[in-house]
Amino acid sequence: MTATAQDTGAATGAGTPQTTVRQQVLVLYLASSALDSRTVGWSTYDGTGGTSPTTGDSDVPPYASGLDALKDGWRLFQAAQLLPPQHGHEYDVSFLKHEFFFEKLVDTAS
Amino acid sequence: MTHPHRKNLLTSVQMAHFVATGALRMDAVVPDEMNQQAIDVLQAGIPGVPYGTPLSEAFAGSEFVQRLVQLPEVAGAIHSLVGPEPTVDHHAVHIRKANEGEAQNLHGDAIIDVREDAFDVQLMYYPQEVTLEMGGTLSVPGSHLRRTNESDTGRYQNLLGQTRLTCPAGTVVFLHHGIWHGGRRNDSAIDRYMFKIRFNPTVRQVRLWNTEDLYDDAVATELKQTFPWYENATGRLEIYNRVKLWQAITGDDTFDPDYWVTRVSNRPQRVVAQRSLNPHAAKKEMV
Repeated sequence: MTATAQDTGAATGAGTPQTTVRQQVLVLYLASSALDSRTVGWSTYDGTGGTSPTTGDSDVPPYASGLDALKDGWRLFQAAQLLPPQHGHEYDVSFLKHEFFFEKLVDTAS
Repeated sequence: MTHPHRKNLLTSVQMAHFVATGALRMDAVVPDEMNQQAIDVLQAGIPGVPYGTPLSEAFAGSEFVQRLVQLPEVAGAIHSLVGPEPTVDHHAVHIRKANEGEAQNLHGDAIIDVREDAFDVQLMYYPQEVTLEMGGTLSVPGSHLRRTNESDTGRYQNLLGQTRLTCPAGTVVFLHHGIWHGGRRNDSAIDRYMFKIRFNPTVRQVRLWNTEDLYDDAVATELKQTFPWYENATGRLEIYNRVKLWQAITGDDTFDPDYWVTRVSNRPQRVVAQRSLNPHAAKKEMV
């Protein structure tokens, strides 16, 4: 499917409406697979370009739990799958397991 | 290299702290007189060293670095962590420019390292006072045993309980090679300098420190600590893996303060009873 000018927000000349909605993404890492468990890590990415969140920029999480983010209007769109450990790798530790992606849509024209 | 005096070796409690956190910090251990010279020395550059050069030979061309690694407390820590005459893996001068605008992503150095009974350490020397605004090194206590590859952790911006290093001039930090870390964005008007050396051990890393306090209760307390960023379940695995590492570097596989390792490795030899003593077998015969 070919993206339309309205989808992409590309300038197409006078009188054509342009998309000004941009996505803000919040990633919360929680203490367990439950969405209402406590936040242990967080990242934010701002598609409006209005802010530049980066590594090591805060010591306090934006929300104490995933549920708190929902209450503030963030929309959950992805949660990490629960996968059993591979046989022989039950004690391996690696990436944070309980990753939840949220979005907010922001109209940059307003 | 001469053997460090016993009083300058790390204690068991300090070693347990390193095994638990993946880091050991020595504030203002380098004298001011050296810190005053350091910026000029680091700006001029430290001559390159081929991988695997013994420490005693590696810095023949840099009198400053020789003095740094021979400071009694620094030499004592190097010996305690990686033993006598480690080799220099590599070294580097890191400069984060004033108002640089970029932070390094969270990463581990090099590829996944699965050694369970050996580790490299990185010495990081900060010649000037580092403020929060100057964006000191970010590191994540207790992340060093996680099996992740280099910058695959770049998605993580902040973890609860992370260390945003601020320190007085002359501070040296030793990091386990696996620790997640990164240079924070420098939002100040001052260039920030850091000099690092990675050491590879050349001997088995067993009881290289001052072991007088090996069975002090504080050892177990250090090893049992958890960090705010740990998930509930994986946090317990961290302690399990830490105890395994402590067993390896002490040569004592009976050390198990919470019985977790012993419990899951307990394999009693099952003895099958004679048929005449098996009540289920007897019942079957009666039918």
